[in-house]
Amino acid sequence: MNAQPSLVMFGVFVGITLVVTYWASGKSHTSLGFYAAHRRIGGLQNGWAIAGDYVSAASFLGITGLVAFYGFDGFMYSVGWLVAYLAVLFLVAEPLRNTGKFTVADLMSFRLRGRGVRAIAALSTLAITLFYLIAQMVGVSAIVNLLLPRFGDIVAIATVGVLMIVYVLFGGMLGTTWVQIIKAGLLLLTAIGLSLLAIGHFQFSLANFFNAASSVRSGGTASNLLQPGLLFHGTLGAWNLISLGLALVLGTAGLPHILMRFFTVPSARAARTSVAWAMVLVGIFYLTTSFMGLGAATIVGKEHIGRRMYAGQAIQYISRHPQQQQDLDAQLTRDGYIVPKPDSNLAAPLLAQQIGGSLLAAFVAAVAFATILAVVAGLTITASSAFAHDIWFSLVRNGHGDENEHLFVARSTALVVGALAIVLSIALRGFNVAFLVGLAFAVAASANVPVILLALGWRRFTRTGAIAGMLAGLISSLALIAIGPVLMGSHAIFPLENPGIVSIPIGLAGAILGTLLARDRESEAMFDQLQVRATTGIGAEV
Amino acid sequence: MKPHVGPARWEVLASEPEFRALLRARRRFVVPATLFFIAYYLALPISVGFWPKVMSRPALGPLTLAYCFALSQFAMAWILLALYLRRARHFDVAAARMRRQETHELIDAER
Repeated sequence: MNAQPSLVMFGVFVGITLVVTYWASGKSHTSLGFYAAHRRIGGLQNGWAIAGDYVSAASFLGITGLVAFYGFDGFMYSVGWLVAYLAVLFLVAEPLRNTGKFTVADLMSFRLRGRGVRAIAALSTLAITLFYLIAQMVGVSAIVNLLLPRFGDIVAIATVGVLMIVYVLFGGMLGTTWVQIIKAGLLLLTAIGLSLLAIGHFQFSLANFFNAASSVRSGGTASNLLQPGLLFHGTLGAWNLISLGLALVLGTAGLPHILMRFFTVPSARAARTSVAWAMVLVGIFYLTTSFMGLGAATIVGKEHIGRRMYAGQAIQYISRHPQQQQDLDAQLTRDGYIVPKPDSNLAAPLLAQQIGGSLLAAFVAAVAFATILAVVAGLTITASSAFAHDIWFSLVRNGHGDENEHLFVARSTALVVGALAIVLSIALRGFNVAFLVGLAFAVAASANVPVILLALGWRRFTRTGAIAGMLAGLISSLALIAIGPVLMGSHAIFPLENPGIVSIPIGLAGAILGTLLARDRESEAMFDQLQVRATTGIGAEV
Repeated sequence: MKPHVGPARWEVLASEPEFRALLRARRRFVVPATLFFIAYYLALPISVGFWPKVMSRPALGPLTLAYCFALSQFAMAWILLALYLRRARHFDVAAARMRRQETHELIDAER
């Protein structure tokens, strides 16, 4: 694939977002401006920003690829990621806006006063955002290797890292929000365009499109991509699917970088409106993964999806792998290139190449980079707020310290988090870190969600319960991933890839058992205030 | 300076009939809706996981039962969203009335 047009388009995106960042930098001189954009983002804007913050490259390239290779089973991810927003809508968005200031820990420690709860809540936020951040940035090197082989992966990771630091450091929440909005617009446009082109390939007949998807030929056999069971099969597959589904659906309501977006709007009502818009946009996007994925499978074909080697490179490869010579030679004469290793991540860009030519493919590659940038910027500002607001300002300085100090610490943390992410991602590049996304969702669902729900709804809930619940959820998710098939392969002690179905009940049980140990009158006394404020918005931060 | 609501006042507010009614109305929607969407969603991985043969049957043209069920989840999410948005307008009215009342009480107290 020719790298030049992609780089130019990516450069245009970077240029526009830097102008926005410069404009926003005049408006982030206070902590309220830096973390929450002065709570002046409208519901519609915030809805677009949530979509931009949420839909990662793993969704765009990853899910499209999974649908292209495994059909229905890949689409299962898309379903979970939309339905998850119902939990955000019903349970957390409005109470969070009414009770919190800048972070998830604000909500928890609203009535569970004291250092312990806030410290553990901040720790869990930092863990989730770091896992997610590294997964995204290592993803950068994978994409660069595939889409722009001449652009080295260290350079690419560093570029993305430096840009995300610049967005957050200078633009604060306002700048980050607009980066996310622009990216969401580009991504949705691309996804809808590719879907229409794919359906157009079948004369705009959905019947023809799905008929083709129901018998896709690959290597002499035809498979029906509309049937379940191509990725998850057997009883173990069923449990994997259920466990993953639980973590996706509940985890979103505990993802700190999504929850933080609700502090940028003026009221609980605007928080609700933003979830509504996000559900429309995210829903449309996840529907298109079906068309892009099945389109890639039917129009491009599975055996053509992967890094393509042409002419000299192909001959060199064939000479080094003589046992496959016959097949590869045949492929080279037939197609003019070989695909030694199928790679589902390339489904979307290759679909674009096939139906729209190399310019469209370049555009898709540039959008994939923009996608990563917006997500990592959102994660960086979240980690920065957890450290500066929760750990430094509230715990170390006991709520003292002036605005300048607060901002200085927030910006320094963004810089440190960004630098750390760059270094770790360069060190981990080449490893498959996709499991880190699953881990982030599992920790969010097991450590954060039970405690958020109990803090909002159970008068008897105590500080000990919150700490026990968060630690139980955090540790059990980490431990089960460590002894699971992702890291231990066939010697795994725990059979499921995603620990949700076990770790979520453990987190909940920890919170309930910890609470039953002893009464906490102080926290109980605060419950009335929390309930009134969460429901009516009386006394909410403005 | 933002008006300050004292600790004793919160207890009074929490026991007011209007607030109890708002809380009940919210719960009457949110609790069943949450249970429903979780059950409806989990029915998808459970059915395709344990009965893949049944779910592979074509239901709508070439679309299998499983694919139709998956697509119906999008409709389900958007319908529940619309229902909640409609219901929440009433919650907003009640909450705004309580907020206004509270501001007046505070102003009176300061006089």
